[in-house]
Amino acid sequence: MFETIRKKLIMIHESTVMALDNIRSNKVRSFLTLLGIMIGVMAVITLISTVSGVSGTISSSFSSMGVGTLTVSVTGSDLKSGVTPEDLEVITALENVDGVVPSVSLNGRVSYGSDVQSRISVSGRNAYYFFLNEDMIIQGRALNFIDDDNSSYVCVISQEIVDEFFLGVNPIGETLYVSGLPFTIVGRYEEDSGGGIASIFSGSPAVLIPYTTAMKVNNSTDINSFTVYLKAGADSSAAQEEIEDAMDVLFDFEEDCFTVSSMESIEETMNTMTTMLSSLLAGIASIALLVGGIGIMNMMLTTVTERTAEIGLKKALGAVPGQIQMQFLLESFLLSMIGGLLGVVFGLALSFGLCRLLGTGFVLNMGAVFLGVGFSAAVGIIFGWAPARKASKLNPIDALRAV
Amino acid sequence: MADEVFFRMREIDKIYPLEGENVHALKKVSLTLEEGEYLSVLGPSGSGKTTLMNIIGCLDTPTSGEYTLRGREVEDLDEQELAELRNREIGFIFQNSQLLPRLTALKNVELPLIYTGIRPKERRERAEAMLERVGLKDRMDHLPSQLSGGQQQRVAIARAMVGNPSILLADEPTGALDQKTGAQIMQLFRELNEEKRTVIMITHDMKIASNARRVVHIVDGEISEGEVIRNV
Repeated sequence: MFETIRKKLIMIHESTVMALDNIRSNKVRSFLTLLGIMIGVMAVITLISTVSGVSGTISSSFSSMGVGTLTVSVTGSDLKSGVTPEDLEVITALENVDGVVPSVSLNGRVSYGSDVQSRISVSGRNAYYFFLNEDMIIQGRALNFIDDDNSSYVCVISQEIVDEFFLGVNPIGETLYVSGLPFTIVGRYEEDSGGGIASIFSGSPAVLIPYTTAMKVNNSTDINSFTVYLKAGADSSAAQEEIEDAMDVLFDFEEDCFTVSSMESIEETMNTMTTMLSSLLAGIASIALLVGGIGIMNMMLTTVTERTAEIGLKKALGAVPGQIQMQFLLESFLLSMIGGLLGVVFGLALSFGLCRLLGTGFVLNMGAVFLGVGFSAAVGIIFGWAPARKASKLNPIDALRAV
Repeated sequence: MADEVFFRMREIDKIYPLEGENVHALKKVSLTLEEGEYLSVLGPSGSGKTTLMNIIGCLDTPTSGEYTLRGREVEDLDEQELAELRNREIGFIFQNSQLLPRLTALKNVELPLIYTGIRPKERRERAEAMLERVGLKDRMDHLPSQLSGGQQQRVAIARAMVGNPSILLADEPTGALDQKTGAQIMQLFRELNEEKRTVIMITHDMKIASNARRVVHIVDGEISEGEVIRNV
């Protein structure tokens, strides 16, 4: 028993040495063959790591944004196309609710003097929003209840706007025109969204005005989107039910007038989507692995034919079929593994670079590494099997004659 | 195991199909050999001598008849057992030495021992001893391409002997060599036989065959005992 294991180990060692020697002796051919596997593994690793890096960043920014909040978007019914400020007071009065921030977006150009910018977003908020985020104002004052009540033409602007229009000028007290209407700048704020991809999803508007003013400019009494801030310790799903019940009353139990969503549920949907996306991409990339495997099979079949005489000699010297098969199987396995490991290294490097470029955090996805290594091992064995079997089945007499 | 049969062929027939016809390559071949003998099988090409060599060398099995080697009934063995028997009992020497071009002389000689499952250290020692025996101790680390034809054949002989086989089976071992080198190789075979190694030499060349103590002729698949010629 011990003796057979020892002989097997000697055989594996010798076969490995021979296989590596054969790989080395055909440098160009071996390199081109393992290139196929390398590219396949690299593609799989790059896609999986990059997608998981990006989705990790997205979900972490979601959870930092969405603790203790619910988002309500209102599509309305024929009779009631949105909620009114009075409706919001009803919501605010609910047991689990601490406060409500409406979001009324405004389409229109922003200009200062002769500078005109159309890509700046303008959004209406209430005083409660600034009460929650009191640290964001870095100069001047925030918007307050008086501004809301009076629908004042005042605004606070982001650091980006300051950089855009007011380089070297104190913006406080200056007049900014939104859709041709003059707004007095009362404050400047800075968003701490962390930049990169996260800022796309936080969707920070550049100019904030009182929501009542925004509704007046829009010539509308409807609010179509608001965020509900829950009381500390409130249960999210209980609060969601409470809000849904209240909204049902407001919309006369009409169907499909609104949706209440928690950040958790959005994050969940997001995660499902990125998982699906990454498996889809990995699936496509693994076609490259399949092609690489066919390349290995092709090379191994050529090798077996070329080395017929060698196989015949080894058989004459006493190599049993299993030993011949193992030698060729090891050769394709090692070839594929070298390609796979190179693919893992290059794939991780590439996705690290991509994550840096996209500004997201790079996560070393061990699952992807194991998948890449495991895949290339499997490809080497599966596609090396038939050629190795062919070699082991050669008749030594015919093989020796092929000199 | 004192009465173990060393080498005995009884009424061996070999028939194989070739281009739709059955070729009767060996007809009722019977041959017995004692340990330490030096036998030449002399025959023209097409006489069946290669077929006989394949069967003696356990590369092939007879269609009918009995072949006993070291007490084993060869005709009953499967592919795996034949390979193991070749590894232990037969030392092949081919016409063109059949060395692996990327391995050094030493590694070439070690090759049969790899399949026996011998440890690397012992393998090396035994291969070195064999190369020393054939006079190539200083050429151990040379590749076959760096050796002359005669030296390559000596490496092949060392490889055939390294596993201490029952029979050294040589197929036209001087066929690819010039006369002088060929004579040296034949001298080596005589010496090895004097060291009690059993040698079977397959050849079409009367002069080569006459080196042996015993000659059998093979013609059209039938063998006949020839006269014993000595020309030492």
